[in-house]
Amino acid sequence: MSGIQKLVLRRIGLGIVTLFIVSLLIFIGVELLPSDLAQEILGQAATPETVAAFRRELGLDQPAVIRYLEWVAGVFQGDFGVSLANRRDVAELVAPRLKNTMFLAGYAAAIAVPVAVTLGILAALFRNSIFDRLANVFALSSISLPEFFVAYVLILLFAVNIPLFPSLARIDDATPFIEALYRTFLPALTLILVVIAHMMRMTRAAIINVLAEPYIEMARLKGVPRYKVILRHALPNALPPIINVVAINLAYLIVGVVVVEVVFVYPGLGQLLVDAVAKRDFPVVQAVGLFFAATYISLNILADVLSILSNPRLRAKA
Amino acid sequence: MIEKLKQDLATGTISRRTFMAGALAMGATVSSASLLVGEAHAIAPQKGGTLRIGFTQGSTSDTFDPATFNNDFMLATGYAVFNTLVELAPDGSGQPDLAESYEASADAKTWTFRLRDEATFSDGKKVTAADVIASIRHHLGENSKSAAKPLLKSIEDIKADGDNTVVFTLTEGNADFPLIFNDYHLGIRPAQADGTIDPDTMIGTGGYVVESFEAGVRAVLKRRDDYWKKGRAHIDRVEILTIADPAARMNALLTGEVDLIDRPDLKTVHMLKRNPNVKLHTQDGTLHYVMPMHSDTAPFDDNNVRLALKNAINRQEFVDKVLKGYGKVGNDQPIASSMQFYNDQLAPRAFDPEKAKYHLKQAGLDTLNVKLHTAENAFGGAVDASLLFSETAKAAGINIEVVREPADGYWSNVWLKKPFCTSYWGGRPTADLMFTTAYAAGADWNESRFNHERFNELLVKARAELDTETRRNMYFEMQQIVSDEGSTIIPAFGQYVSAMTKRVHMPEKVTQLWDLDGMRFIERWWVS
Repeated sequence: MSGIQKLVLRRIGLGIVTLFIVSLLIFIGVELLPSDLAQEILGQAATPETVAAFRRELGLDQPAVIRYLEWVAGVFQGDFGVSLANRRDVAELVAPRLKNTMFLAGYAAAIAVPVAVTLGILAALFRNSIFDRLANVFALSSISLPEFFVAYVLILLFAVNIPLFPSLARIDDATPFIEALYRTFLPALTLILVVIAHMMRMTRAAIINVLAEPYIEMARLKGVPRYKVILRHALPNALPPIINVVAINLAYLIVGVVVVEVVFVYPGLGQLLVDAVAKRDFPVVQAVGLFFAATYISLNILADVLSILSNPRLRAKA
Repeated sequence: MIEKLKQDLATGTISRRTFMAGALAMGATVSSASLLVGEAHAIAPQKGGTLRIGFTQGSTSDTFDPATFNNDFMLATGYAVFNTLVELAPDGSGQPDLAESYEASADAKTWTFRLRDEATFSDGKKVTAADVIASIRHHLGENSKSAAKPLLKSIEDIKADGDNTVVFTLTEGNADFPLIFNDYHLGIRPAQADGTIDPDTMIGTGGYVVESFEAGVRAVLKRRDDYWKKGRAHIDRVEILTIADPAARMNALLTGEVDLIDRPDLKTVHMLKRNPNVKLHTQDGTLHYVMPMHSDTAPFDDNNVRLALKNAINRQEFVDKVLKGYGKVGNDQPIASSMQFYNDQLAPRAFDPEKAKYHLKQAGLDTLNVKLHTAENAFGGAVDASLLFSETAKAAGINIEVVREPADGYWSNVWLKKPFCTSYWGGRPTADLMFTTAYAAGADWNESRFNHERFNELLVKARAELDTETRRNMYFEMQQIVSDEGSTIIPAFGQYVSAMTKRVHMPEKVTQLWDLDGMRFIERWWVS
């Protein structure tokens, strides 16, 4: 077994342990919140009798430990349980939302990552030029504004004042792909503006860092053109930090977009999680929480592996 | 005669041809008869079209189980898909819906409901007594989790008398019993063989069938062509969306993504008025804001302390600043001006620090220190309202410490538990239900632990009294008692505000219980 395979297996093993701990933390967190699903659903209309009947029906009258162990036993058999609120299979409830979340994240990433990396490379290439400064000012201002503000400004400009795009990003299974791209353009653009700065600045910094190395000076001295110095000599050595920052931003696009979902009324996982937490619907909170945790863990593993592969010295050692 | 014809044409009872023939027979000329057609259609509901609605509420945890209906999304959907036995008419009276008629025994203890012959479920089956019994029983019994259970507490027995008649026996007389059935939890579903209903069923008797339903996101309803109720359900297709964010909701209306939204942000609602295609609809209602004090807990057990607090709140300021002008000052009693038996002779209680001081002195106090518990979700602006109250009360020597509680679990941990807190009531269709729910001794939701002998006596008597004039006097006295001796501060009644494009039309008079025509607007309104 090669070193890299061993590493990946070890990391996956650790990841599973982490997920287990996360599930325990989520459970304790939901338990610590005041009130439960019966009280949240009945709200002001609750009476002691009806709450008790509701709890009996849901099994909420069982001790917390037993409920958690039952849930864990289910998960080991591939069953994430049913939503307490509507008795629907959690997997069935989460799947369409997951698809929507991945679609929006993929859409934003497909534009943001190439644009950010290209801008970063260009900014490094033309360091301290007008272009470099403009790109930095633009990127830093868009990251400095809260995302809901960016979203509202985009709606005001491109949906209200110039009605080019819809202000609600409503899609469902029947929406054709191109139509879906059009309808979700404004939320995607919001996300792009929010994540681009981080990746662009890191690309620029990583490349500029490498540009100070003696071998770059050597390349320059032997007369290699500037763009070739950057693409052939600097970029490959600057990849690990860039890969890491891209991974973090991809994870953010999947797990951190609830505000954008709310503003554009986009039915993604974030909204589902917020509703489930508000109603203390523990199986749904667990499923979504674990998915988010798994996203972080797997993107991190992927980033580490790619960083190692991109570095011949580490590759040889591994 | 012409008026009657116009009305018939408007409601679709007669065709245009019949109208013309009738009008001509009555001596109208052809051209004037055609004019009349136009006039009738201007006010007449139009058939067809699509209505898209953006609601604040709606959650992924919503289901079709009527026991758990708790937000506008499900209320409106429920009323569109299911019928109730009785519906609340715009004038506040009950009107037969699925029941064709109903009558009480002399002591108002036995109620007999006759069902409509022509009413059918969307699967074609006729509505029978068994369906009604199963639907009501869903909310009764030990294992019911229904929020409507307390409403139906007085039902002792339900029996079918043939296929078409249901007889309710009550533990005590209740003249307003039919109006209980207007409640959104009590839509009639088909009975199963074992005498229960399938709580998740979407088969109802209503004017609409569910085309698709995604909880907390969207519901699409389609008009039933064979709807048995004439002159209702005009719109072909209705789409309901949850748009929780107020800015997103208002944008959706402005950009034409939806035709109607509820609860526009009152701070920026004036900007909606600038759009020529948008109209605002404000509706007086039964919604009111309350600050209950436990009347059995010191210092609130002294009526002078309660009166001091009632005089120390600036009601007009509450309406102007918290409700942004969309409301009316309240008089510490919960019966709204639109309701039958509203006592219009109570003198309004003004902000009067001197009077408050006087009452404090009567209670033997110089100053008063109390804690007012509140949270953002007690009602929109509850924290602001509490802080305002705390400021104005200082003038009367009353120190109110505002305790801000977490919104999570407010209804289970603070409301009914803390001696002085903030809350609200969406209202009840009748004075009896409002008083029985929140002011009767021993009621589950008697938030002020109000226990007044004369009041309790009148409440039971008035409930069984069938003579309207006698009842009126009783309810007037009860409102007086609650206002003067009650343990609840009711600073204001709220107005419902909604915004819609000009193509949405509604009848001249709408029901004033809850928002949007008693939440029955889908079946009653139309689009052009």
